[in-house]
Amino acid sequence: MRTFLAATALCVAGFAVSAAPTAPVALVDDAVITAKGMPKKLSDFGFFKDQAGWQPNKGVELYQLNSPLFTDYAEKYRYIYIPTGKKAVAGGDGVVQFPVGSALIKSFGYEIDGQDRLLETRVLLHRADGWIALPYVWNAEQTEATLKVAGKRIPVSFADPSGNKRDISYAAPNKNQCKECHSLSGAVVPIGPKMRNLPHDTLDMLFSNAMLEKTAGNHPPIPDYADDGMPLESRARAYLDINCAHCHNRQGSASNSGLFLTYEEESPVHIGVGKRPVAAGRGSGGFEFAIAPGEPDQSIMMHRLKSLEPGVAMPEVGRSLVHEEGAALLSEWIAAMEKE
Amino acid sequence: MIRTLLAATALCCTMPALAKTITVEAGADAQERLQEALILAEPGDVVELGAGTFELTDGLSLDVDKVTVRGAGMDKSILSFAGQLGAGEGLLVTSDDVVLRDFAVEDSKGDGIKSKGADRIVYHAIRVEWTGGPKASNGAYGIYPVEASDILVQDSIVRGASDAGIYVGQSKNIIVRRNTAIENVAGIEIENSFDAEVTENLVTENTGGILVFDLPNLPQMGGHNVLVARNAIINNNTDNFAPEGNIVASVPAGTGVMVMANRNVQVVENAMINNGTSNVMVVAYTQSFDDPNYDPTPRDVYIADNVYGRAGFAPDFDGGQQLAAAFGGALPAIIYDGLGKGLVVNDAVPVLNLGLTKVGQAPTEAKPSLHKQEGADEAVALSPIVLPASMEAALK
Repeated sequence: MRTFLAATALCVAGFAVSAAPTAPVALVDDAVITAKGMPKKLSDFGFFKDQAGWQPNKGVELYQLNSPLFTDYAEKYRYIYIPTGKKAVAGGDGVVQFPVGSALIKSFGYEIDGQDRLLETRVLLHRADGWIALPYVWNAEQTEATLKVAGKRIPVSFADPSGNKRDISYAAPNKNQCKECHSLSGAVVPIGPKMRNLPHDTLDMLFSNAMLEKTAGNHPPIPDYADDGMPLESRARAYLDINCAHCHNRQGSASNSGLFLTYEEESPVHIGVGKRPVAAGRGSGGFEFAIAPGEPDQSIMMHRLKSLEPGVAMPEVGRSLVHEEGAALLSEWIAAMEKE
Repeated sequence: MIRTLLAATALCCTMPALAKTITVEAGADAQERLQEALILAEPGDVVELGAGTFELTDGLSLDVDKVTVRGAGMDKSILSFAGQLGAGEGLLVTSDDVVLRDFAVEDSKGDGIKSKGADRIVYHAIRVEWTGGPKASNGAYGIYPVEASDILVQDSIVRGASDAGIYVGQSKNIIVRRNTAIENVAGIEIENSFDAEVTENLVTENTGGILVFDLPNLPQMGGHNVLVARNAIINNNTDNFAPEGNIVASVPAGTGVMVMANRNVQVVENAMINNGTSNVMVVAYTQSFDDPNYDPTPRDVYIADNVYGRAGFAPDFDGGQQLAAAFGGALPAIIYDGLGKGLVVNDAVPVLNLGLTKVGQAPTEAKPSLHKQEGADEAVALSPIVLPASMEAALK
């Protein structure tokens, strides 16, 4: 074991040499993105100009999503990097195809004691043989994030948007858990950057920087689920799409459940209406249907969204708090359905 | 300089390393050390678990093909998930050609070991147990392969699952052989699966012993070609402790074998003894559903050459007691709801036909009578399940 670890350390140590931790990196290191292996430090990539990971380097662009995934009220900072001279392409299906050498970078943090602090930064790297997802965890000094393939639990205290103090065991995912959500037919893929989920200003930025080209199709945006000016139905479906559908789709990690929560899904029973559980076990909470129309309190979906117990709580990873606002939205949606 | 270094690094990481054994011992930071080993393992490697109890704080997962995870024995290397804070199962496997053997998973919050889309997986001499015995708060499935081809579960023990001890779902080409399932709601369940053999298992003190089911609205439906043979299915009378809503919550205590909504199922050469509702039930799916591609009835079920002990003395369904009284105190050893087609019983035991005429009919509308056989006495034997040689070799 020890020999094995030493060999691994040796193996990845090579990367560290390419980026001295104290000096800012001139440019993003394209070779580090595309080479085999798992760089040990986030700074090896050169995505940020500063040690603390706040100032994106040249070519690394901050972007937003219409509807974000809930992750224990963490603040998220998303960046796209596309190698110089290359472009992402969006076709008729609205999926953004990134060229090899691209990277999606997402930092997670909280305001703690009046200061913004980062806990972890996840990177998705597009290599010749496909995407790879790697988790990096920030040190207490906020000077470096280190690869933690096995993930890490980090105790953290913060105030939620309603001002309630929260103490949680924040879970930075392990490499396999990255893939559990980012999996489509067993391969790692990006989740967020689809045309319908990118707001106008992000699209404008990508087009004007010549980072993105649209070849076909019209992609009506998914609404921001928090926007109560939008219809309830589409807000609820937007919430399910971004929070659940990465697993709950026909090619995803939860394909065997028969519960498919993508925005496009049209079959009521596959969305959960009148659908009995398959492998829910005690996750059913004693209820018969994923969604019992008109009865959120009798719906397995609500039971699992409001639970914090492992084995019951959904999503299975990345949540140690109930998303009160999300649960309220879905509850309102189910309550408004006509009883059968 | 950098380029050379990178090239060297790339070489270092891509060289097809010789298969190696990575040993992980129990003790401090077991979660991180074991999970890291499972992530950094390369195809061909063995991750060897030392003797002792590994106190885990989260689910574990394996996503590398051709890895063997091997312990020092199902009572020696114990993965304890009693302190688990997250994840839907104890161990999740999502890669192909994996062998799991000689270790235990205890007290996981959700399922015990789940393998999804993991083709050619071998579970050998594994123990999955909820140590507090049967409880509704236990995880659903003990050993849980789903959506895969070529599955072998052998010489393993599962106890306390609040759904099924060994559950194979939406899969093809399956052998479940020589295991012990005790004090689960369902001992062994084959669901929405094609081509399975369930043989030589000891299935006892569950609510229901062996279930062969098909459910609607799932990606793979139309379960068929299932052999249930040479099993000891004894004393499955544990009160149903499954959480409501799940299909197994509707299984009566005292069920030996239950075949529901499947085609071409053979129940042969089993010993079925002391199951209070029935030794064998052959029934349709009774709940409402909306799925034009789903057939809820049992078809071509063949029952022969079994040894029957006492059965039907404590029927656990509405009206069961009165019905038993009408039959002189105990129900016949085999109960058939009368739906579907092609039931053949080649054993010298009476068969109760509930005389239902349509799917979903209330039991109160039953017109019970003794079943009269139609058609052939013999069935064409199912083709034996053949697994890749590498899988059988992994048992050695």
